[in-house]
Parts: sequence; structure tokens; C-alpha cells
Amino acid sequence: MDLEQRFQERIDAGEKIEPRDPMPEKYRKQLIRMIGQHAHSEFIGMYPEGAWISKAPNLRRKLSLLAKVQDEAGHGLYLYSSAETLGTSRERMLDDLISGKAKYSSIFNYPTITWADVAIIGWLVDGAAIVNQTMLAQASYGPYSRAMKRICVEENFHKRQGKEGVTMMALGTPEQKRMVQDALNRWWWPTLMMFGPHDQDSVNSDDLLKWKVKSKTNDELRQFFIDTTVPELHEIGLTVPDPELKYNEESKHWEVGPIDWDEFWRVVRGNGPCNRERMALKKQGYEDGAWVREAAAAFAKKQAAAASEAA
Amino acid sequence: MSDSIAPSDASHSDGDLYEVFIQTKGGQPFAHVGSVHANDSTMAIQVARDVYTRRPPVNGMWVVKSDAIHSTDSSENEMMFSPADDKIYRHVKFYNIPKPPKGDS
Repeated sequence: MDLEQRFQERIDAGEKIEPRDPMPEKYRKQLIRMIGQHAHSEFIGMYPEGAWISKAPNLRRKLSLLAKVQDEAGHGLYLYSSAETLGTSRERMLDDLISGKAKYSSIFNYPTITWADVAIIGWLVDGAAIVNQTMLAQASYGPYSRAMKRICVEENFHKRQGKEGVTMMALGTPEQKRMVQDALNRWWWPTLMMFGPHDQDSVNSDDLLKWKVKSKTNDELRQFFIDTTVPELHEIGLTVPDPELKYNEESKHWEVGPIDWDEFWRVVRGNGPCNRERMALKKQGYEDGAWVREAAAAFAKKQAAAASEAA
Repeated sequence: MSDSIAPSDASHSDGDLYEVFIQTKGGQPFAHVGSVHANDSTMAIQVARDVYTRRPPVNGMWVVKSDAIHSTDSSENEMMFSPADDKIYRHVKFYNIPKPPKGDS
């Protein structure tokens, strides 16, 4: 029996794959791509929210936003670690990100214009991420599924923080209501696009489902998110910016209007509102941090030399 | 072929790779949670504290250089671990303790 056959048998039996296990090169490469892009998304996701830390309306909001953004950094690090077990390096992944070869979730290429954006992101964007990540916690690759479980536990307060903020504004003054409705109008469709292209247009899905990296399709996850979120938005008097939105009594699903896939591909390919700004910031951060990395290495060397001299 | 768990292509300018183990409560085992890059063990502990202990409870932490950890090869699991499967005499169920007869004295 060849490697691919034996590997697929293990997958079909529900076994987890660990770093040193034999695996098809295609599986290894796909996972490096997927986990790397997930890690990049966590990092880039820090920027739209990080901008509001110094402008949070009060201490409670500032504390929770700081903690949330700190978590995103940590999540990125869990994922870089997982990807490295497959035989790549963080440096190579970051090079690919900065050169544009590696992608990250397109949602982070939109600007955060008001404080309400921060609350809407917490509820919708982290909410959508939780739907996706809850599924990925069952992924066939051990290190990835374990990282996902840690992330899912930590992500819960992100969504709750967002829901608290949105709800307070939606039930608040007319100005607050206007601001949060405007934020919802701008973030609703990009959030739906987070789940990726429709199933028939999703190139990588077949392999990822076969290998049990994913266990649900893009459209299945997207529908679940819509069905759980729409009633909650309606409950607090917000309007989903979709004139074709309607509840289907037979299927028991909320049906949405057409998604603008032109916008999706434009943003994925680098032409969203903030792509260049995000990449410039990432590149600058990496270059500006070089002295810290060099200093840490020099310090460790100095400590080691002092220790061996004393010995 | 090395049996260390350190990935074969882990080239880094930011130090060595360390695996991190966390003990949630006193007396419990230390469990593997992931890895960090660091220039020495002191830095590894500092970085691991920031990355892996943002939620309680945490009672202790080990960092171990990845190339010091060696693992079995899962394709040899059958040969390595199955001999334990048919040694039922290692379990209490294998043993039947006879009941002593009830007496008056």
C-alpha cells in the first residue's frame, strides 16, 4: 500500500496526524499555506483595532480592547508555531506575507472609522471566526487542532465584548444608534465574505474536506452564522443592510441577497481600502524590530560567555 | 534520520526553538502547549509566559530545547506498543479472589 493510500485510511478512520508522521507532500504544503495565512490574519487583525486603543471611550473599553488585541498576537504565535512543525520557518512565512505571496483574511483590509466599528468587529468578525475555528478544532493535523482549541477558549470574550458594545449603542441615544447602524452597514457583507467563495468556486475545499482539515463547507458555515446572527441583530432593533433578506419558513434559514464577489476578489488581490497601509505597517514593524532581535541575541551571547568564565 | 521533534528546516535568526510545557495545578502533569523562539532559556521562559499563560490557572512551566526531545516513529506504533495489548494479567479483572466459607467460630 502506498503512502497516500495508507494516509487516507488513517484520515478516514478519524486518526490525527502528528508532525513526524508520513504525509503526502500536497497535504504538508496545503497546511503550511492555510495555517500560515491564519497566523498572518491574526497579526494583521491587530491593526484595525489597535488604532482605537488610545481612543477608547472609557477605561473598561480600553482594558478589554487591549486584552483582545494582545490575545490576537498570542493566537498568531500559536499558529506560527503549529505551521513550523511542518518544516517551514517563521521568517519564510513573514517574507511571503510582506512580498504579497501569502494572503491573509480580506476582512482586515477595511478601515475602522468609528468606535462602533470596534464593537461590530468584536461581535461579527470574531463571531464569524469562532464559527470557523470551532470546526477547525476537529482538524486532522494535531498541532493545528490543538492550537484551535486554545484559541476557541480565548476568543469567547472577544465576541461578548463586541456584543456588549453593540447592544449598548443600539439601545442608547439616537446618535449611538446611528453610529452602530452605520458600522453594521459597512461590515455586514465583508463579514459574510470571510467564509470564502461559494462552494462551487472554492478551489481548495475538496482536498481539505477529503483530508478532514475542514469538515463543513464555506456555504454551510456562512449559513450557520447568518441564521444565528440575524435574529440577534433584529432583537436590538438593527437593520441588516440587505433588501433581499428574508426568512424561509420551509427551510428554516435566513436567505440573503447576492454577495459582491468582485469586491471580494479585488480586496483579496491587494486592492481593498487598506491593503497597502496594512502591509507597509507590517513591513515597518518588522524592520523597526530588528534591533530588538539583534540585542536579544547579543545579550544571550554575553550572558553565556560570563557564565562559562565564572564556571 | 533524526528522531528529534525539532523540524528539519527550522532556520531562524531569532534564536533556538523551545517546546513549552504547562502545569495548570500543583501535582498535575506538565502538558505540551506549543513552542517559542528564544536566544536562551531565560528568554524562553519570559516569552512563553507571555504567549501561553494569559488565562489561569497556571502553577508551573518548563521550556525544553526542541532538539533535546526525541520521539517514537508512529509508523512503528504496532511494533512498539501492541505487546501491552494482550497482557491482561496486568489488570485487576484477570484476578478472581475466592470467597472464604462463612463459619460460626
